[in-house]
Amino acid sequence: MAKKPQIAADTRPWRDPAARPFVRIRNVTKKFGDIVAVSDVSLDIYKGELFCLLGGSGSGKSTLLRMLAGFEEPTAGSIEIDGQDMTGVPPYNRPVNMMFQSYALFPHMTVEQNIAYGLKRDGLPRAEIDARVGELLQLVKLEDYGRRKPHQLSGGQRQRVALARALAKRPKLLLLDEPLGALDKKLREETQFELVKIQETLGVTFIVVTHDQEEAMSLATRIGVMNQGEIVMVGEPTDVYEFPNSRFVAGFIGSVNMFEGVVVEDEPDHVRIRSAEAGTDIHVGHGVDCAPDQTLWYAIRPEKITLSRERPAGDANITRGMVEDIAYLGDMSVFQIKLDSGRYIRVTKANSLRGDPDAIKWDEYVWCQWGDTSGSVLTV
Amino acid sequence: MRRGWFLPLTAALGFGFLYAPIVSLVIFSFNSNRLVTVWSGFSVQSYKDLFADQKMLQAAWLSLQVAAISATIALVLGTLCAVALVRFRRFRGKTVLAGMASAPLVMPDVITGLSLLLLFVAMESVFGWPAGRGMLTIIIAHSTFCMAYITVVVQSRLLDLDLSLEEAAMDLGATPVRVFFDVTLPIIAPALVSGWLLAFTLSLDDLVIASFVTGPGASTLPIVIFSKIRLGVSPDVNALATIIIGIVALGVGAATLLQLRRPKTKA
Amino acid sequence: MTAPGAPAPRRPWSMVEHALAAVGLSGRALVIFAPAFWLTLFFLVPFAVVFGISLAVKQFGQPPYSDLMTTTDGTVQLTLHLSNYIRIFTSPIYISAYLSSVTIAAISTAIALLIGYPMAYFIARASDRWRNVLLMLVVLPFWTSFLLRVYALSGFLRGEGVINNFLGLFGIGPLTMMQTDFAVYVGIVYTYLPFMILPLFTTLVKLDQNLLEASADLGSRPWQTFLSVTLPLALPGIVAGSMLVFIPAIGEFVIPSLLGGPGTQMIGRVLWDEFFSKTNWPRAAALAIAMLVVVVIPIVLMQRAQSAVIEGRR
Repeated sequence: MAKKPQIAADTRPWRDPAARPFVRIRNVTKKFGDIVAVSDVSLDIYKGELFCLLGGSGSGKSTLLRMLAGFEEPTAGSIEIDGQDMTGVPPYNRPVNMMFQSYALFPHMTVEQNIAYGLKRDGLPRAEIDARVGELLQLVKLEDYGRRKPHQLSGGQRQRVALARALAKRPKLLLLDEPLGALDKKLREETQFELVKIQETLGVTFIVVTHDQEEAMSLATRIGVMNQGEIVMVGEPTDVYEFPNSRFVAGFIGSVNMFEGVVVEDEPDHVRIRSAEAGTDIHVGHGVDCAPDQTLWYAIRPEKITLSRERPAGDANITRGMVEDIAYLGDMSVFQIKLDSGRYIRVTKANSLRGDPDAIKWDEYVWCQWGDTSGSVLTV
Repeated sequence: MRRGWFLPLTAALGFGFLYAPIVSLVIFSFNSNRLVTVWSGFSVQSYKDLFADQKMLQAAWLSLQVAAISATIALVLGTLCAVALVRFRRFRGKTVLAGMASAPLVMPDVITGLSLLLLFVAMESVFGWPAGRGMLTIIIAHSTFCMAYITVVVQSRLLDLDLSLEEAAMDLGATPVRVFFDVTLPIIAPALVSGWLLAFTLSLDDLVIASFVTGPGASTLPIVIFSKIRLGVSPDVNALATIIIGIVALGVGAATLLQLRRPKTKA
Repeated sequence: MTAPGAPAPRRPWSMVEHALAAVGLSGRALVIFAPAFWLTLFFLVPFAVVFGISLAVKQFGQPPYSDLMTTTDGTVQLTLHLSNYIRIFTSPIYISAYLSSVTIAAISTAIALLIGYPMAYFIARASDRWRNVLLMLVVLPFWTSFLLRVYALSGFLRGEGVINNFLGLFGIGPLTMMQTDFAVYVGIVYTYLPFMILPLFTTLVKLDQNLLEASADLGSRPWQTFLSVTLPLALPGIVAGSMLVFIPAIGEFVIPSLLGGPGTQMIGRVLWDEFFSKTNWPRAAALAIAMLVVVVIPIVLMQRAQSAVIEGRR
C-alpha cells in the first residue's frame, strides 16, 4: 500500500486557515450547450498536495481537470494557479502539465523525443535538454528505452514515459487523468507506490482524477468527491470514509448499511433514532444537528458490526437476523444477513483464526451489534 | 456462418467483370493488326506510333503539369478545410462549409464544367481576369473538385486521430500552429500522400470539366484521347492505356505490399 | 512557459504566426477562410452565374448570350427570359432525356448494388491478408483512367469485339451490344462498381460476426438474420454507395456518348450538345439548373449516409 506524501501529512495546510491555497477554484461552472458538466465548484488545493477528484463517469471530474489544463474555459467563475488568474490563458502558457488517460504519446517520436518535446518548446539549450531527459529516464527507470518508439513498449512502460514527459518541464502543478486506469491490478499497486514516491521527491502538487475509490484512498492527501457536476465532499481519506456527509458519499465509497429512522430523543450529548428497518433503536453517542421527529439515515460500515450467538447486553444498536449467505474472501468473510425486519445487511469479519471450528454458519440466527460512535447520522 | 458457393462465385464473376476488358485491352495493344480486335501476331508498332505522336505527347505533358499543380493546391485547401471541419468547434457557416466541401464529390461533371466556364466568362467580362481560358482555368477547376476528395480523405483520418495527442503537445507548450506541424501533420502524412495521389489521378483523368473550361491550344490528354476513340478503335490508345495501367498497377501493388509487410502498430 | 523576454525559438512558422497576429489575423480564421473563400468563389457563385445566364437567350457574339442588365438613357433594365425553362418543360426531347437519365441511373444503381453487395460482403469476411489484396483489386481500376476503361469496355462489346469473337467460336451471334441502352447499363455498372463496393465494405467490415451468431442462436433463419440484422446495420453503406453511383450516373456524358446509340439521350449528353454543337449557352445553363434540382435530394441523402458511415468509426 502506498505511503502518503509526508509533507502534506505533517503540516496539513488545509487545516490552517491562514495558509494560502496554491490552486483556487472559485464558483466554476461549465456548460456544454444545455448540459451542465460542472456546477458552481469552489475548491482550494495547497502546495505539495496529492489531491484526488473522485467520481463516477459523467460526474464532471474530467471537465474540471481540463479546465485546469486550459482545454476548456469555464462558463462562469475563475481559476487561479499560484496567485495568477488563468482566465483566457491558453494551455501552452500555463504552468501546468497533464498526464493523459490514453497517455497520448506521440507515435512518431522516440521515448527521448517525447520527453524532450516540452523542453524544446521552451527553447532550452540542447545540452540541458539531454541532461534533463537523462534524469527523467532514470527517475522512471527507463534508461535503456530512450530510443524506442511508444508502440515498442509495454503498458506500464508507456505510463512511465507519459509521467516523465509531463514532469519534464518541472511544472508547479501536475494533472493526472486516470493515471493508472489502463494498467492491470498488480501493476497498478506497484505504480501507485512509485507515483507517490516521485510526488514526494519532487514536491510537485498533483491533482489526480480517478473513478477508483481504492486508488483515491491510498494515494490522496485529500479527496474531493464529485457527483453530477458538484463537489459533494472534500476531506482526508479517513474523513470521507468514516465521516461521510451524505448518503451519496457513504454509498459511493466502500460498502455501507443504511437505515432510515426517526429521531425520538435529541439531546446535546446523544441522539436516539427509532428505525423499523434496523429492527432496533439506534443510540448515537454524540449530539447531532437535528430536530425531534425528523426522518434521517444511519450509515454503518460492514466491518463495524460484530456478530454473536448470544444476545449482547444493551437496549439499542442490537438487532437479530439469519445468515443467508457467506462469501469467503480469504482475509475476511462477508455475511449477508436477513434481519427480522426483512432488510438485508452486510457484515464483514476478519478471518483471524485458521479453520475456526466455532465459526458462524449458514442459516444460523445471530445478533448484530455496533458501538454508539461507529456509524454516521446523515440528514441528506 | 456456413461457407457457401454463392459468395465466392459472385465475387469471382464480379472481379472478372472488372478486369476482363482491361486485360483484353492490354493484350490487344501488342497486336500487329491495326484492326485491334482480331489477334494477328505480336508487335510493338502501336507503342512506336504513340511515341511518334507529338500532339499526344504535348497533351500528356500538359495534363501532368495540370495534375501536379491542381493536386498540390487541392491538398493545401482540402487539408485546411478538413482541419476546420473536424477540429474547430462550432463556427458560423460550418454546415455550409461542410456541404460545399463534399458536394463537388458527386456533382455531375457537366454541371461543374459548365458552371465554372460561365463563371470564368463572367469574371473576365467584369474584372478582366482570367484573361482567356487555358491551363490556368483548368487548374482552378481541377483544384476545386479534387479538394473535395482530399477533404474527405483527411477528414476521416483526423476523426481517427486521438485528440489528446494534440492536447498533449499544446499542454507541453506548443502553440496551435506548432501542434499542427509537430504532431498532426506527421501522423496524417500517409493520408495526405494518398490524397494527393488520388487528386493527381482524378485530374489526369478528367475529360468533361476540362473540355468546358479549356481554351484554344490547351488540350489535355483525355481531350485528345476522346477525340480519337470517338471515331473508333485506335491502337496507340491501347498502348497508352497499357502504359498507364502498368504504372498504376506497379504503384498500387507496391503500396499494398508495403502495407502488408509493415507490422501492425497501434500507438 | 517561455517568458515574454526570453528568446523565442526561431522557426519559420513562429515567424508566420507573429506576422499574421500583427495584421490581426488569427490562424484559426485563416484556416476557415481560405477553403471557404475558394469554395464560395468557385463552387457556390458559379451556380448563381449559371442561374442568371439560364434566364438569358442565345445571341451571336462574345459571349454568346444576351445581357440581363442593359442601360439605355440612364435607365437600368433587367430582362429575364423564361423561354429556356418553358422549352425544357414542354419539349418532349428534353423531358424524355430527363426521364431516361433517371431511369438508366436508377437501374444501373440497382444492378451495381446487386453485384457489389455480395462482393463487399465476401471481402469483409475474407481473412486479413486476402482482404487487403481484394480491396486493392477493387480500388485498382479506380486509379486507372475512367475514359480508358470505358474504351476498354467498348473494345469488349463491339460487333467484332472480344465477346462476339468468343461467341462466334460456338456459332452464336454476332450480338449487337454496342450503341444500345444495354451497353450504357454495363458501362455505368462497370465504371462505378468500386464506388458501390467501398462504402458497403466499410459498413459490413464493422458488422460484428457475433451479432449474426446471436441472431441465429435466438432462432432466426439465415434470411431472417439478413433482413433483421445485417440489412439495417448496412443501410448507411447501401445508401452512400447507391448515391455515389446514382448521382454522377444521372449526369454522365462519356458513357452514353461512347457506348450508347443515337437513341440513348441522357441529359448530360443533351447538355453537352446544346453547349458545344448548338452553342446555346443559356439553354445549357437552364438544363444544368434543372438537373441540379433532380440531384439535390440524392446529394442530401448521401451526405447524411456518409456522415453516418464516418461517425460510426469514431
